[in-house]
Amino acid sequence: MLSGGAILEARGIHKHFGHLHVLKGVDLVVAPRELVFIIGPSGSGKSTLLRCCNRLEEPSSGSVVVDGIDLLDRRTDINAARRRIGMVFQSFNLYPHMTALGNVSLALRRVLGRSREEAEEIAHAALRRVGLDEKANAYPLELSGGQQQRVAIARAIALEPRVMLFDEPTSALDPELVGGVLKVMRELRESGMTMVVVSHEMGFARAAADRVLFMDHGLVVEEGPPAQIFGEPRAERLRGFLRDLDRH
Amino acid sequence: MDEFVATFFNLEVVRAASPILLQGLWVTVQLIVVAVPLGLLGGVILALLSTIRSRWVRWPLIAWVDFFRAFPPLVLLMFLYAGLPFAGIELGAFGAVAIGFFLNTSSYYGEIFRAGIESIPRGQMEAARSTGLTAVQAMTWVILPQAVRNVLPDLVSNTLEVVKLTSIASVVALPELLYQARQAQSVTYNPSPIVAAAVIYFLLLWPAVRLLSRLEHRAVARR
Repeated sequence: MLSGGAILEARGIHKHFGHLHVLKGVDLVVAPRELVFIIGPSGSGKSTLLRCCNRLEEPSSGSVVVDGIDLLDRRTDINAARRRIGMVFQSFNLYPHMTALGNVSLALRRVLGRSREEAEEIAHAALRRVGLDEKANAYPLELSGGQQQRVAIARAIALEPRVMLFDEPTSALDPELVGGVLKVMRELRESGMTMVVVSHEMGFARAAADRVLFMDHGLVVEEGPPAQIFGEPRAERLRGFLRDLDRH
Repeated sequence: MDEFVATFFNLEVVRAASPILLQGLWVTVQLIVVAVPLGLLGGVILALLSTIRSRWVRWPLIAWVDFFRAFPPLVLLMFLYAGLPFAGIELGAFGAVAIGFFLNTSSYYGEIFRAGIESIPRGQMEAARSTGLTAVQAMTWVILPQAVRNVLPDLVSNTLEVVKLTSIASVVALPELLYQARQAQSVTYNPSPIVAAAVIYFLLLWPAVRLLSRLEHRAVARR
């Protein structure tokens, strides 16, 4: 393997939706403890790339290896692989019929086979990490968007994943609620979690990312450390994208 | 007026007929206890099958559901009871009714469950699968509980229809409530037992109707 020790290694990913060619041969290699940020205009394929990394989307071709497991191999137990890959969604996707505690403990019980007591203990610990243990018995509808997203993060980290995928985690939030979610993500990063983040939070990318990928029309157009991407962007399309962002 | 009461509300006649009316009620209750759970179970299975995209599942399933929803249940019962013996299959009255009801009601329940499953956003399944739950586990713990809650009024409403439909079992001489009431009528030359059967049906269904009404109000209030 070229990049030995990578936790996530996606190579030559193509994705077609009917006639649409959404990903045109993208590589994404993430080292342990690295925080990789993916930016780009909507429709550039960044969310699709992220969803290929846990096979929520089936790549048309290419390879995805996570923590040494070939996700696209037919013999791979995809469910066993997925619990090593945490995912956080734009729309939170909490289970509305369960409390925060129920949301976090469901997979602990059904996937990891923990007893109810064990699962709830782990779930309480995960909720404490996102600062919401006092809301353990609240239902999603009783929580603000920011709190819901933090519970969703707890649901993912409770399974102790090797890598976390964030798909626009703050895009559906009111501005005043974004900070709480970013704070939790920063703490996760400080704890050594490997993270891939698709987001428009450029301030967070500048401050926290090790590497930034700029995608456009299904390709990685430019990649590098945040200082380079935001300070000295080379590609004309990236410069245009950053200019448009500034205007907003 | 006296003649009207003596004809339709003749307590004397009803009292005389009450033993066989109660026997009929007992058979009707047995029918309900068999037909409703079977129909619900079959409905869930049909709805789950409908989530499979393969056309080898999809087309036969659509044909099956369409056929049993469009086929008159009365004719279905007569066929199962009187037709199949010619092919060497003897179901008996209760067996024919149970299978006929299963085929008919599971198709209706199936469409209700399917609507419920389709009302759940895709993200729910994706979130569940992303934590390592299998498709079956995600259905069981995440999708179906929400789906059932969303279509509860329709499920109750359909169940009311099923209970009322049990009266057609009389065509295959199954001695359920309406059958017994008609027997009593033909013996006494008085329609009061039919009226009594109607009252029993009403008492049987009214609590469910109240429940349905409350569920519907709650559903509106939640919107």
